[in-house]
Amino acid sequence: MPTSTSPRPPATRFTFSHNPRSLRLIRILLGVVSVLLFIFLWDALVRWQDYPAFILPPPKAVWGKLLITLADGTLWRHASITLAEILGGLLLGVTVATLLGYLLAKSPLLDQLLSPYIVALQAFPVVALAPLLVIWIQQPLARTILIAALVLFFPVLVNTIVGLRSVEPELVAVMRSLQATRWQIFIKLEIPFALPVFLGALKIGATLAVIGAVIGEFVGSNRGLGFLINLAQGLLDTPLLFVALFTLALIALGLYGLISLLEYRLLAWKRAA
Amino acid sequence: MPPLLSLDHVFKSFGDPADPLHALKDISFQMRRGEFLCVVGPSGSGKSTLLRLIAGLLQPTSGVIALDGDPISGPSPRVGIVFQTSNLMPWRTVLDNIALPLELRGESKARRHQIAREYIALVALDGFEGHYPHQLSGGMQQRAAIARTLVQNPELLLLDEPFGALDALTREYLDQELLRIWRLKEMTVIMVTHAINEAVWLADRVLALSQRPGVLKADIPITLPRPRTEAMLTHPDYLTLVKTVRNHIDRPVIQKPTP
Repeated sequence: MPTSTSPRPPATRFTFSHNPRSLRLIRILLGVVSVLLFIFLWDALVRWQDYPAFILPPPKAVWGKLLITLADGTLWRHASITLAEILGGLLLGVTVATLLGYLLAKSPLLDQLLSPYIVALQAFPVVALAPLLVIWIQQPLARTILIAALVLFFPVLVNTIVGLRSVEPELVAVMRSLQATRWQIFIKLEIPFALPVFLGALKIGATLAVIGAVIGEFVGSNRGLGFLINLAQGLLDTPLLFVALFTLALIALGLYGLISLLEYRLLAWKRAA
Repeated sequence: MPPLLSLDHVFKSFGDPADPLHALKDISFQMRRGEFLCVVGPSGSGKSTLLRLIAGLLQPTSGVIALDGDPISGPSPRVGIVFQTSNLMPWRTVLDNIALPLELRGESKARRHQIAREYIALVALDGFEGHYPHQLSGGMQQRAAIARTLVQNPELLLLDEPFGALDALTREYLDQELLRIWRLKEMTVIMVTHAINEAVWLADRVLALSQRPGVLKADIPITLPRPRTEAMLTHPDYLTLVKTVRNHIDRPVIQKPTP
């Protein structure tokens, strides 16, 4: 048959683009080009339209502000607070959501009892509770951590339940036939089985924790990047506002990247071919 | 010699006690050590339920199942079960899947890998220790599942249609492998299958179950000599036995759609 015997193009022609290392290099280069292009277009826009700095500052002004705020410690003071709130909210929200998710996945009674509230609260914009929490909790750090935890709580809860419910009953039967204890089934079957879904939830949770922390600072705080944004707006110090925004974006991206790396490591078995 | 396994008037039903679904009804039989038993029956005859009862994964509604005279109350290392699908853990390598029972028992890593390697050799998976299940063919996955069960050295091996999802050639090959391991390990085996030919070719005895509720319809001794060879597949005695077993099995009831 002519189709099956027709010669394939030599594989060597494609070695460059198929080599994972050079592929990664190209990706990094493209990323750098994209950032440079963005800065260039931004600068060009400001020059062309001749915007005043409080509407749209040129990249140079933002860069200068960044250096100043870095030098006098302002940026680090606010960023560290926000980072602490994000991590605290993530830890609190994920811990409670995972524990409750486990109980709900395992106990049909509890699930029936609580699921109406969970469904209702899932549809409810949790951020609307923030002003109430300002009245209830005086300490800004604790309050913001709680708001961040609340914002990410339901998506993580639902994902945990879905992940645990998807554990194959046949695999549980195998574990039972091997006289596994309840604890061994949890550690050696349920956790690894639910891990992909859980890590997905953690990614969503991390981005939501950033939103929660900023909202917490908006509604009442005198420190943090959210506060800095509010302050910069009041002072019409738009370069400062941009510095705070970029720092937030950097924190969010960094967290997301860390979890992606964790995922890459923990789910390495999926890539074996 | 007392029987290794005995079932005495075993009943099993599921669901609402007021309106139960009867899966098995009044099953009694005995097995001596070293015997190879096949259980055949139509779908829904409770074959799998029977194996899960013997494995201690389910409890009978009434009646007693005893191993060496002691009633079975739960899973035990003396009884191993292999399921229809390999049920390997996708995140574990072949080696770590097969070593799982030893890991659960608290053996050291070196020791459990050493033992697991022996069983990898037994099921001829040498060279695949580091592979993940999704990198294996269906037949290889089932061999790994059998090795995982054998690693705890059970006296009684239960097989729930282990090769049912595989193609005919792979299945024949694995049947031969199974007989080889059975002779080598001097085990007692109960295998559930819906393939009558396979049952007759493998077993010392074939039990036929009826449609739900499953009752024991026949207990047919297979008098073919061992070792079983491919040549026997065309022997008149073999064909007669296949026919005998077939006559004891209910035709599947085709449900006519009601208008």
